Amino acid sequence: MSEGYTPEMLDLIKKVEESRPQRLSESRAGQAFPAMSMDARDEVLNAYHPDYTEEGRRALGIGANKDEVYPEELVDLLESRSMLEAVNPDLSTPDYETDVLVIGGGGGGSAAALTAAAEGLDVILATKLRHGDSNTVMAEGGIQGADQEPDSPYFHYLDVIGGGHFTNERSLVAAMTNDAPVIIEWLESLGMMFDKHPDGRMKARHGGGTSRKRMHSAGDMTGAEIMRVLRDETRNRKDKIKILEFSPAVELLMDENGRCSGAVLNNMETGAYYTVKARTTVIATGGTGRLHYRGFACTNHYGATGDGLVMAYRAGAKLGYMDSVQYHPTGTAYPEQNVGLLVTEKVRGLGGQLLNIDGEQFVFPLEPRDVESAAIIRECVGNGNGVKTPTGRLGVWLDSPLIDELHGPGTVQRELPAKYIQFKRFGIDIAKVPMLVYPTLHYQNGGIAINDQSESTIPGLYAAGETTGGVHGHNRLMGNSLLDILVFGRRAGQSAAKAIADGAEAGQASLDHLVEYGKTLSDAGLDRGAVSPMILPNYATDEIRSRRWDVKSPTV
Amino acid sequence: MTKCTEDNKPIMVGDRTIPPPDARYITISIMGQPYEVPETLTILKAMEFVGYQFTRGCGCRGGICGACGTFYRIEGDHALQTGLACQTVVEPGMILAQVPFFPSNRASELDLETKMPADQQIATMYPEIFRCVGCGTCTRTCPMDIDVMGYIAHFKRGDIMGGAENSFDCIMCGLCAARCPANISQFNVAMTARRIASARLTPKSECTAARAEQVRSGRYEPMLAELCEMSKEDLKTLYVEREREPDLAKPGEWMPEDQTKL
Repeated sequence: MSEGYTPEMLDLIKKVEESRPQRLSESRAGQAFPAMSMDARDEVLNAYHPDYTEEGRRALGIGANKDEVYPEELVDLLESRSMLEAVNPDLSTPDYETDVLVIGGGGGGSAAALTAAAEGLDVILATKLRHGDSNTVMAEGGIQGADQEPDSPYFHYLDVIGGGHFTNERSLVAAMTNDAPVIIEWLESLGMMFDKHPDGRMKARHGGGTSRKRMHSAGDMTGAEIMRVLRDETRNRKDKIKILEFSPAVELLMDENGRCSGAVLNNMETGAYYTVKARTTVIATGGTGRLHYRGFACTNHYGATGDGLVMAYRAGAKLGYMDSVQYHPTGTAYPEQNVGLLVTEKVRGLGGQLLNIDGEQFVFPLEPRDVESAAIIRECVGNGNGVKTPTGRLGVWLDSPLIDELHGPGTVQRELPAKYIQFKRFGIDIAKVPMLVYPTLHYQNGGIAINDQSESTIPGLYAAGETTGGVHGHNRLMGNSLLDILVFGRRAGQSAAKAIADGAEAGQASLDHLVEYGKTLSDAGLDRGAVSPMILPNYATDEIRSRRWDVKSPTV
Repeated sequence: MTKCTEDNKPIMVGDRTIPPPDARYITISIMGQPYEVPETLTILKAMEFVGYQFTRGCGCRGGICGACGTFYRIEGDHALQTGLACQTVVEPGMILAQVPFFPSNRASELDLETKMPADQQIATMYPEIFRCVGCGTCTRTCPMDIDVMGYIAHFKRGDIMGGAENSFDCIMCGLCAARCPANISQFNVAMTARRIASARLTPKSECTAARAEQVRSGRYEPMLAELCEMSKEDLKTLYVEREREPDLAKPGEWMPEDQTKL
């Protein structure tokens, strides 16, 4: 089934088929396309990676990270006023009181909630959309953990820090790689359906930049499986965990001691605001793909608008690594309906190769992601060897049928079921014909600065997952984000428990920091009348926007 | 189709739909209200194109989260069809409504430590599965092409593992439950069964347990502390010189030459 491709594209696919027998015999003989030297990596990054060029970035004019240069869309968001600045609500009587307020209902927030509940604490988990709506569900390929005999956290650490160009926060790398086997064991005990050998041994594969096979998976919906298991377990803990859906936090509350003392929630369906007084607060709001830096398509969930960053930044939290964004090498470039969607790295882990318009390999398939992305951009934009789609997009082939040749018929359908269905809908059988791919905005490497106990620079405020920055340095390897959220989500839950055991209490709630922030913005001449956090992306056309006569404020 | 040239940079419009000037428009009906939308859009993007900003009914936009289950008919056709709004392309005459939430039954407590046989555990938690009339509507409704009735039949027969495996692709959109004449919440039964099958009916990973125990004993903390203190140059040397496990090595067979850090 390949009627989803145009006749012109099918002609080009013949070149992929022509070169396949030769590539197959080389793969079987263990002859891979050579990996790049460190110098060659630097060269392609400097010339072609979007993070390494000046375009589309500017210096931030306010707050703890003033003068650092970030993508413009993020700077716009941070240089905006709060929607609650001029409201001056009565905060004397909180609507909810709890030990732990978790903001964000993805994998990190759920892990924090479950861990805090296991410590005997009362938890409120407030989330913008449904519980589980997050980038966690979209992580396909796997979760790393050094649990096989030839491996250990030591080698995992080396891979993480090498992949991150040696810029990572080292204590965070140590925490993450050390906890990883315990996390895998925890998920197994909760009844996660890992890919296993008949004797129970975890199936473990390579990912980009790994020295040992430590990628664990559940088909090609590893994140979705983790999320549905964690959500189900959370529902088992109704006694301790209260879930508030469609209720994003919009600002943090601060007390007289400069401690975070909870947050203001907005019920999006009724418009009503509620205050939560919390002894400890955990931000796990995820990434920023939906800001669409430089107009890139993204692989992210609808809710990935960086709300937690904005709230924490207004309250004075320090950010880190915000200049660094991950472009996933293999976003879908065709068909148009799937553009931007992730094609998991597992395809390359299973032996799938990247090929140019002539059906030739041009890069080792498992370079670190930024290098792999830059190499694809170079092949398309620099060398003119990309395949052009009917709508004018560019891409290179990802030869998935090679996987069935290498590992036996049926492997693609068995190992990549979600991807198989997603393409089949549009008349493309990825077991028989290759996919067309191009880099897509995928992951925020930077975020709220934390230490190895998930503590932010604000007392009483913890953070975990994609909303934090540092553990991955300037480039994240596949399989370490699902790990990151769970390690630091759990550590946040444990730190909250420890703080409460030590007597942490929330003082009198205040939103004065918003007034202060707004004044600084005005004084610096940076006030454009914009309001943030964004909460929901706006994909209305210009035509519709112009007809919304009463909507005056510019869209962030 | 020719090789592209340098001026051929990719289109950069994020997720906003900017239809080409020659786009053809078709009429669809969103909850009874007609709109003109460019053909080839998904239902989700078509709704955004006409001005909807989703709160419910939109999630991952990639067919995996189950937020955007949608029922539709094509005008003049009696058949009721289903799809995910983010994955289904609009058709002329499509009349649609989303079902972003549907009331379902989830048995309150899942005990993974129980001694009760797995099949009995499912039968006790979800006795309604035995009221399945075998109509197959769930299977026809599933936007993930899962044989829902088939996996319910596995559970009825006591084959918890089989049903768990056959339900693996479930995204819990709830459309099966919306159509079930026996009032079964199939997706919740399957969720429970997968957890039982994985935690109780699958052998534990011994090497994982052993390694987790080593971690808890503090074995790796000094090794990691050493790396944290090391100069960048020394780290780079270690990184470049580290041995790579061969791609086709069988599990547990290959071992590195340097085994001092295992």
